[in-house]
Amino acid sequence: MDLSMLWYLVPSVIMFVCGIYGFMTRKNLIAILISLELMLNSADLNFVIFNRYLFPGSMEGMIFTLFAVALAAAETAIAIAIIINIYRAVGNTDINEVKQMRF
Amino acid sequence: MEATIPILILAFPLFTFLLLGLLGMKMSHKVAGFIGIAMLGTTAVLAYIVACTYYFSGDPAFIFEGVRQQYQVFDVTWLAFTQTLVVKLGFLLDPISALMLVVITTISFMVHLYSWGYMEGEHGFQRYYAFLSLFTFSMLGLVVATNIFQMYIFWELVGVSSYLLIGFFYKLPSAVSASKKAFIVTRFADLGFLIGILLLSYYTDTFNFIELTQNPELVLGTTGGATYMGASVLTVAMVLIFTGGMGKSAMMPLHIWLPDAMEGPTPVSALIHAATMVVAGVYLVARMFPLYCVVDTSLTFICCVGAITAFYAAMVACAQTDIKRILAFSTISQIAFMMVSLGVAYDQPIEGVHYSGLGYMAGMFHLFTHAMFKALLFLGAGALIHAVHSNEYTAMGGLRKYMPITHWTFLIGCLAIAGIWPFAGFFSKDEMLAAMFNRHWFWGAWMTMVAGLTAFYMFRLYFLVFWGEENPHYKEHKPHDGPWQMSLPLIILAGVSICAGWIQFGEFVTWNGEPYHIHIEAPVACTSLIVACVGIGLAALMYMKPNKLPAQFKDAWPALWKAANRRFYWDEIYMFITHKIIFNIICKSIAWFDRHVIDATMDGFAKVTQSVSFRIRGMQSGEVQSYVGWYITGAVVLAGIAWLCFA
Amino acid sequence: MDSVGNIVLYFCVAICLLIFSIKAVTAKKILRAATYLLFVLLGTAIFYFQMGYQFLGAVQIAVYAGGIMVLFVFAILLTNKPNEQATAGKSHRKLWGFLVSAAALVLLIFAIFYMPLIHGLSLEQCLAASNTITMHDIGVAFTGGERFQYLLPFEAISVLLLACIIGGVTIARKEV
Repeated sequence: MDLSMLWYLVPSVIMFVCGIYGFMTRKNLIAILISLELMLNSADLNFVIFNRYLFPGSMEGMIFTLFAVALAAAETAIAIAIIINIYRAVGNTDINEVKQMRF
Repeated sequence: MEATIPILILAFPLFTFLLLGLLGMKMSHKVAGFIGIAMLGTTAVLAYIVACTYYFSGDPAFIFEGVRQQYQVFDVTWLAFTQTLVVKLGFLLDPISALMLVVITTISFMVHLYSWGYMEGEHGFQRYYAFLSLFTFSMLGLVVATNIFQMYIFWELVGVSSYLLIGFFYKLPSAVSASKKAFIVTRFADLGFLIGILLLSYYTDTFNFIELTQNPELVLGTTGGATYMGASVLTVAMVLIFTGGMGKSAMMPLHIWLPDAMEGPTPVSALIHAATMVVAGVYLVARMFPLYCVVDTSLTFICCVGAITAFYAAMVACAQTDIKRILAFSTISQIAFMMVSLGVAYDQPIEGVHYSGLGYMAGMFHLFTHAMFKALLFLGAGALIHAVHSNEYTAMGGLRKYMPITHWTFLIGCLAIAGIWPFAGFFSKDEMLAAMFNRHWFWGAWMTMVAGLTAFYMFRLYFLVFWGEENPHYKEHKPHDGPWQMSLPLIILAGVSICAGWIQFGEFVTWNGEPYHIHIEAPVACTSLIVACVGIGLAALMYMKPNKLPAQFKDAWPALWKAANRRFYWDEIYMFITHKIIFNIICKSIAWFDRHVIDATMDGFAKVTQSVSFRIRGMQSGEVQSYVGWYITGAVVLAGIAWLCFA
Repeated sequence: MDSVGNIVLYFCVAICLLIFSIKAVTAKKILRAATYLLFVLLGTAIFYFQMGYQFLGAVQIAVYAGGIMVLFVFAILLTNKPNEQATAGKSHRKLWGFLVSAAALVLLIFAIFYMPLIHGLSLEQCLAASNTITMHDIGVAFTGGERFQYLLPFEAISVLLLACIIGGVTIARKEV
């Protein structure tokens, strides 16, 4: 029995779909951010998988993931800063309270 | 001749216009007025130098074997359409342009000086001087044009400055509508002028006056047998070009703008609507005279238009109450006189006529003298209006004791225009009538009658204003002569009006440059003098002392009097044509099409866009989660479609 | 043929990932959700180790599981009121979310099963085909300017992180 590419892709897909579900159903901003991290993580994992199985001689996928991790750190920091600001302004972190950006 | 002075003649007024137009509001009235007068004075001196050089220096470039030559001081290419069709700007010196230089700068200088007194304290005094300079520049550019296109350019510039000056009191609705009327009517006429230019230049490949006029037979040859609407192309072109002249010179039926143009300041009327701009049409005909001679149908046309206009305007002038309107109609009549005079001239010898080109010389002579005494009359009228603050003669009467300078100068002007010996008008009118009698007795008789009418209405005006009963308002507001700035031009112009007739004009201006010695033709002179005296006598009888004669006359022919007072309903006819026919029938249908087809299409697009966007804007709910939902749904759908299409 | 140990490890981790992913998006308490996320991240790190990316796995644990999770926890503690429920969104949204994610799942599974390369080499063979990635290789790749070397993005990411620090401070700071 071989551990082929498919084996690794399936958990990644499930992670991603869970992220979508969480993003759409959660109402707490931080929970949404967690879902987001889940999706990002799955994408990172995909890079690594494709790198390992399709281009074993090179390491571009890994490098990309490294950058993505750094970006994720930056993104999370900013997102949390914004959330804290919203919390200060609105008093909670409910997504339904943040609806000003509409028509 | 060096090009420096001619260029400066054009540059000074233009510079003054720019200076006063851009910086005028930063100057005081005195400074602006002084700059305007000083610059124009300089221009006038330069123009005199140029004219004197041209007439008296004896340079073979100017006069060769006794014949005055046309001389282009410079002629630079401005626009090159094709190899052969090139628009140039230049400076043409010949007898008539030198004459016009003198006339324009003299009158303009007088008006500048006069305005200093007349316009004192008016709002926009600096603007007024700027516009005057613009006008002077344009008019000078017009008369020295070397080619017909340059003339057209300055022709329009003159129209613009006339528009600006008529509408100078832009807060008065009547002044605004008068300026619009003047602009539109002349513009309409200029359309004909432009088409004429295009027709002419299409066949001859040139705009240049010298090339066109030196060999008119060749022009006729190049147009060949080409015909347009049953007439030869050259005839059509010349008549169309004359249409432009009709508009500017207020010939029937395009005369309607000139009486209304009197809404402008009176000095402006003196400068533009009496002495210079309105004679541009006459000047144009004189400029193209050899070409008109080739197609004598057009000369006959000019004659007819002039004769009808002259009589019409004289009739109307007898029944007006506004002194400026009377002078305006008198101007129309006198310009028509010049037109007829040009129309009876011919460049070939005619059997039984000792000098066939006499009409040309006489017309230009009258242009010169008329400019002087008509400017004098207008400035006099300005002094009257300045004194009593009204344009109506009913507000005047018996003013001769209060305003002696104005009275005497005005009398001189009236005598000059009536054609009384030894004033200027007598000589020029005599020459014109002689030319008309030479051509055909009918023209002579007709125009002699008009001359009699002229004497009558001018002295009607004179007696009504200066004689008769004193107006009771004088007790509250005593009228008096204007300040010296106003009196001085009156006196100078009166002097010129007395002397100008004694100039041997034939030595300077003839149609072909060969000198002609003026001699008074006794029968013609006597006739016209008698007719003029009868006119004056009649006027004195009716208006010198208040009596019942005018009222009886009015009662005898009420319809005639009313028609003349209403200018024979020309304005009403125009209103009917424009409002009832053009606006109602043509414009309304076009407006309907515009509103219901073109606009409706555009509105339809807008409405559809608007309603669709109103429907779909709910999708932008501000909820990030639904965005994500739509986004992923879209991605899935797109992937499905892609799958179906490419798998 | 992969070793049995590898396969067993894979299954353990995969099942953990499956469970914790679902728990992370459905947990009622937000702090728990964050904890489940931490487990997911750790599981991913194990996958990285398994595929021979030791450095990447270490970074995943250090940055993600260490740094970012701390941020999360702080944020949750700062903003959360006691006993507050993380979910309980509107029911129609829940249904919609479920449908959308199910559609995405179908599409993605469909896509990976149709991918022609899917039945390629085993992990063993892949690991054998490549050299071990040393720290030296990674260092050279980050600081070189040639082909397949990333000095410029490396510098850019450092500037980005600096900007992010300043931005985070500025945004989250109390109004002066």
